[in-house]
Amino acid sequence: MISLVGKNLTAGYGGVDIIKNINLEVKQGEIVVIVGPNGAGKSTAMKALLGMLKLTDGGVSFAEDDITFMLPQDRVNLGIAFVPQTQNVFTGMSVEENLEMGGFIRDDNINLTIEDIYNLFPILKEKRNQNAGELSGGQRQQVAFGRALMTKPKILMLDEPTAGVSPIVMDELFSRIIEVGKTGVGILMVEQNAKQALNIADRGYVLVNGKNSREGSGQDLLNNPEVRKSFLGG
Amino acid sequence: MLLNFVIIPGLSYGSQLALGALGVTFVYAVLRFANFAHGELMSFGAMITILFTWFFQSQNIGLGILPTALIALPFGILATIVLGLLSDKFVFKYYRKQKSVPVVLAMVSIGVMFVVNAIIRIIVGTETIKFSDGQKFIMKAKQFKAMTGLNEGLALKSSQVITILITILLLTFTFWFLQKTKTGKSMRAFSDNEDLALLSGINPDRVVFITWLIVGTLACVAGTLYGLDKSYKPIIYLNLVLPVFASAIVGGIGSPFGAVVGGYVIAFSEIMVTYAYKKFFKYLLPESLEPSSLVQLLSTDYKFAVSFTILVIVLLIRPSGIFRGKVL
Repeated sequence: MISLVGKNLTAGYGGVDIIKNINLEVKQGEIVVIVGPNGAGKSTAMKALLGMLKLTDGGVSFAEDDITFMLPQDRVNLGIAFVPQTQNVFTGMSVEENLEMGGFIRDDNINLTIEDIYNLFPILKEKRNQNAGELSGGQRQQVAFGRALMTKPKILMLDEPTAGVSPIVMDELFSRIIEVGKTGVGILMVEQNAKQALNIADRGYVLVNGKNSREGSGQDLLNNPEVRKSFLGG
Repeated sequence: MLLNFVIIPGLSYGSQLALGALGVTFVYAVLRFANFAHGELMSFGAMITILFTWFFQSQNIGLGILPTALIALPFGILATIVLGLLSDKFVFKYYRKQKSVPVVLAMVSIGVMFVVNAIIRIIVGTETIKFSDGQKFIMKAKQFKAMTGLNEGLALKSSQVITILITILLLTFTFWFLQKTKTGKSMRAFSDNEDLALLSGINPDRVVFITWLIVGTLACVAGTLYGLDKSYKPIIYLNLVLPVFASAIVGGIGSPFGAVVGGYVIAFSEIMVTYAYKKFFKYLLPESLEPSSLVQLLSTDYKFAVSFTILVIVLLIRPSGIFRGKVL
């Protein structure tokens, strides 16, 4: 079972460390959620795992190999995909072209994967020739999700996949995430909608002030009175 | 008659501008800066083509009725691409790695412009060079008169026909490349969203390389066609930067389709405003009203003022250009 592990991750912007000694792990086939209050360093931790930030301490390994100093785009080739929170689609390109670009690194036939993604998100098939920039927020997230899936990742990282979409669309997206997780892809996501996210998660991490504060199964964290009180809203 | 003095010259001049503006737009969309050295890139390409034309002429190699420059063109293109890649490797790359703001890169490109301009002057001097040979006219004014019985001539210069044909060919290829090939799409993706392109595993160095291939080709062809049509003079290309940029911006800088449309818009406005309408009115109006002057809206010396004016108007009314630019 392949896993992506971040050990003692310490990093930040412009000399100030935002995350300190954070440990994260995600295995193939499991859904892991990072929750925590605003400014806790959730997204930063994820970017550190992907190599978009220079670590001041700690390291990242993938399938037991040390990849701490690998460029983000090379990690993509290993099978680590990332969906940023914003600007996560090519707005000037059609839905289908977005998916094709997702499969850019692949030399095999990508049409089958495109079909799979259309089955997962039927609305995308309908709008395949429309520019991604003209789609609604929820549809855009589906395109972004689909683009990342095109690389056939082993580990998929999602930065707030449900930011700015309606509750109905959010439920829809979550159920798709579960479906993808069942196919053996490891999913690590940062979520504002902590309750719903923990509900579908196998495991969760709570970050507070850039540090690991708690970890456990999704249900455990949901039932934990302290976690509930501090940011799940009672 | 309008066809003779406005439409045909407009089409060929517009084609030259369109190709030039397309090159500017490519650099802007992918490398994200306004490349003021583009005019010199065109000039350099034309110069190399001229040098090879002379060589072929001295060897008595020619294309019969077609200008010898057409065989020399591929060598010019190659040299222009090399120059583009070298300027990128030794100058622009450094600032890109520094993540300099676009205006710094634009200033740097002005430096490159002066250097290339100086190199060109050292090599061929500053004089006007005519290098078009082969048959000059496809149809001479007199032939047309004889053929149709009309009393105004229609002259069709072969350089104009060549310009228009090559432009159609090159534009078709460029748009096909951008829309249909994987590499072309990856360039559009890179220009659309650089970070996401990296996350998709698109190699930025390769995109930059291909950009210079295209830009070098477009610049050299545009420069050579302009030189064939008019004549080659290094200083002209310094002036040509203005209408080329005006075309790119009017069409929406970063949008290839916009660059092409912009090229024709600028060309037709320049020619229509500076065209002497005297003869035109002579046919329309009774003799007593016949104008005594040339009835030019503006003298040809103000040609560049026209592109400037259009540029300012477009920037005031629709800053993003006719076709919202920014990405390929």
